[in-house]
Amino acid sequence: MSAGPLAIPSVAARRGAARMSAVSLALWTVRFLVVALVVAGTIGTILKDRYTTAQWFEFVLFGLTIGSLYAQVALGYTMVYGVLRLINFAHGDIMMCGAFAGYFVATPLENSGFLEVHPVLGMAAILAAGMVVSGVIAVLTERIAYRPFRRVQGFAPLICAFGVSFFLEQTFRGLFGSSVKSYPAPKWEGVEFHWAGLSVPGVDLLVIVLAVAFMAVLYLIVQKTRMGMAMRAVSEDGEAAALMGVDVGKVIVFTFALGGAMAGIAGVFYAFLFKQVYFYMGFTPGIKAFGGAVLGGIGSVPGAMLGGFFLGLVESVGPSLFLDGIGIKAPYELRDVIAYTLMILVLVFRPQGILGEHMAKKRA
Amino acid sequence: MKTLTKAATTGLLFGVGGVYLALVGLLEMMQARPIVFGAVNLGQAVLALLALACGAVAARDAGPAFARAGAGLLGGLLAGALMALLQVIVATVPLQGMFIAASPALRNMLAFGFAPGPGALAMLLGGGIGGLAGAVLAVSVPSLRRAIVAGAAAVVIAGVFQELIQLMIQYEGIIGWIRDFVYTWQGLRPQGAVAIFVIAGGTSLVLSHRSSAGHVPSPDQRRRRRFISAGVALLVLVLMPLLAGAYIGEVLMLVGLYILMGMGLNLEVGLAGLLDLGFVAFFAVGAYTTALLMSGSSIGLLHLSYWEAMPIAVLVSILGGVLFGLPVLGVRGDYLAVATLGLGEIVRIVVLSDFAAPLLGGPQGVLDIPKPSIGSFELGSPVKLFYLTLVCAGVAAFIAWRLENSRLGRAWEALRDDEDVAQALGVNLIRSKLLAYGLGAAFAGLGGSIFATMLGSVYPSSFQLLISINVLALIIVGGMGSLPGVVLGAIALIGLPELLREFGEYRYLFYGAALIVMMRWKPEGLWPSEVRSRELHAAAGEAEPVAAMEPG
Repeated sequence: MSAGPLAIPSVAARRGAARMSAVSLALWTVRFLVVALVVAGTIGTILKDRYTTAQWFEFVLFGLTIGSLYAQVALGYTMVYGVLRLINFAHGDIMMCGAFAGYFVATPLENSGFLEVHPVLGMAAILAAGMVVSGVIAVLTERIAYRPFRRVQGFAPLICAFGVSFFLEQTFRGLFGSSVKSYPAPKWEGVEFHWAGLSVPGVDLLVIVLAVAFMAVLYLIVQKTRMGMAMRAVSEDGEAAALMGVDVGKVIVFTFALGGAMAGIAGVFYAFLFKQVYFYMGFTPGIKAFGGAVLGGIGSVPGAMLGGFFLGLVESVGPSLFLDGIGIKAPYELRDVIAYTLMILVLVFRPQGILGEHMAKKRA
Repeated sequence: MKTLTKAATTGLLFGVGGVYLALVGLLEMMQARPIVFGAVNLGQAVLALLALACGAVAARDAGPAFARAGAGLLGGLLAGALMALLQVIVATVPLQGMFIAASPALRNMLAFGFAPGPGALAMLLGGGIGGLAGAVLAVSVPSLRRAIVAGAAAVVIAGVFQELIQLMIQYEGIIGWIRDFVYTWQGLRPQGAVAIFVIAGGTSLVLSHRSSAGHVPSPDQRRRRRFISAGVALLVLVLMPLLAGAYIGEVLMLVGLYILMGMGLNLEVGLAGLLDLGFVAFFAVGAYTTALLMSGSSIGLLHLSYWEAMPIAVLVSILGGVLFGLPVLGVRGDYLAVATLGLGEIVRIVVLSDFAAPLLGGPQGVLDIPKPSIGSFELGSPVKLFYLTLVCAGVAAFIAWRLENSRLGRAWEALRDDEDVAQALGVNLIRSKLLAYGLGAAFAGLGGSIFATMLGSVYPSSFQLLISINVLALIIVGGMGSLPGVVLGAIALIGLPELLREFGEYRYLFYGAALIVMMRWKPEGLWPSEVRSRELHAAAGEAEPVAAMEPG
């Protein structure tokens, strides 16, 4: 009976069974409907047998690919939430900044042929641009918009974060135009690997491997370095950490820089996968990544990674698995609905997430 | 030394601000809007304002008068230098492939029409003079300064809104004579600008003279004065479309719609403290219900009249609000905001999808929705619909006002301040919250219902998250929990951008900046509710000693 929704029925129970039953009836109805939908859909799909093994493999692989990006963005949410108790709503837009930076490096590199000849060096330059720009912008937003609200309770910080999100989007629209820019596609990324009748696009593999590598580096930074230790101390208890001599301000700036750089990498990969860069591109993945962070347990670094991958998988496999089976036309259109529904369900039924047990108490 | 660094930083910051405005495309767009026809445009005015403000800020607490002047000069020069640098860069490096606003027209503007070299010098000089003037203005007599600011502001308003003002004074006789003195059909005349400046500045001088004669208004008087100004504003709102015609009627119709929705969200956010970003979901429910019930097209269900469809739409919205409210009862604060945001997006995607297309029409939407009529009198034009909206908003305002001080309103406020304490004190959490969701949804649904009949058709693309953000922004700018604040916010955030059409694309940039600035400097809003501003000030007073103890 610790957190969130459970608290209400339990208190209500003491006050009168009738009211309790109304709310918990609603909750149980929702649970039942969701489970019924998923089970019925899955059985329906299996009976129909419309998709081949290769297609399922494709769904899973794409889910892992997109999930690795959500995981990277979710890391930024979770770390900032850990140290500031703030939902940095603009984090998705920070990802967009990285994508734009990558685009402006990638285009001349591709046009000059450099990217074709030196894929490793070229990619490194693009990623570096994305990381630096996103990191710097993240630190700037902290300095300008979030720092005055460190001790403010209530909505002000979140509303400010909305403001930052709009400001960043519209600034990029004003600076670089509202058109969708197409990201260069070097020839080497069309490589496909074939194995046991399944084909694996090289891009997906590259994105997953690199994302996992970067996340491993981030995990090491958080676990092994002094700064990482300070970060964990601040997310555990900011005041106590300050009393022990941790420079909280520095930790916060470092957290924003780290989360921003990670989002920048994700932005470059996102643009790389979807071949499109535009000012609004960060919004949807940003919200979903937040869902991933909550799913994994907000404040928990491994949780964010897990949550991101899980969300990606559900979003990619879900339409065919659950929705197709119950006879919904064009289920792929509704994949965002699945992602958002999953997010709301997590917020309602398990706000502490999978791995975030201890954070939830402070939250609720 | 400290003064010097401060002046330099100020100058650089303002310079960066100017470069930002230029590159984001705003300066060039402002250039197209004249203030005094053929003499001054909005872009130049903004540049001048930047230099003046830079000088004034740089000169603040710089000590003796000559030091202040020096600080202002330095700040202005540095800001001008950055702008000049931008101009030279734009002239020499082809930047437009990246920054779409870095056009020759922008360079020309920043160089005041000169070649790059002399232009840079002119900008530098202009920045210096502006900064110095700003510093001088900052140290001058307050009443004089206020008079100059008032005069300049009056000229800017008269110039920027010349079309609207001229539309409203299409009379013969004395008014016609004054109009011809002040305006040509293209804009403000120089003589008119001078006259307006003198009149507004003079009035300000006289007023400040009188108020400095030891007359401080009591709180009671201040409140009365506020009510009088609110009444006047309302009267203007009611009469304006009659005076200014169909276009203004359309703008006001939109403003009225947002006032209506603002009142609803205000109950949820301002009173009950439930940050709801899924407002658009219930707006969509109201609009689609009305559309489906009324539409004459094949997708229409019952072909009802508006007066039958509207109550049903509102009821369906309430039902939706309560149904969504039940499961999210336990979700609090920031999490609730994100959950409701998710709901809004879900509704938008479902409405757009092929899955729901047989019922809701998919991307084509629902067409052919008749206008409401009373007897044989059809509310066809925007102006007539505006009055319908105004009546609805009035009813909504009355409900909101009565609720505010009712038992329920108090319960909401208790909920907002501390859920656990409120519950311990006997507030029925479930009922109060569900009522808040239901009422908020009702207002949103009513708004959607009017919206549907106003457009005569309903498309999924009308139901973006931006609607929720619009409504949220307007109650924040106006003042959370304050009814007149909602009206003020709707006029400022919905009405103004409609009048300044060409800035339409920059509207959300402005919203974003407004949200940050309001939260930072005036979290209680432009027209705060009394309770709220008292709370915020009390909280600020308490927070200070704590902050002082904090290391680093």
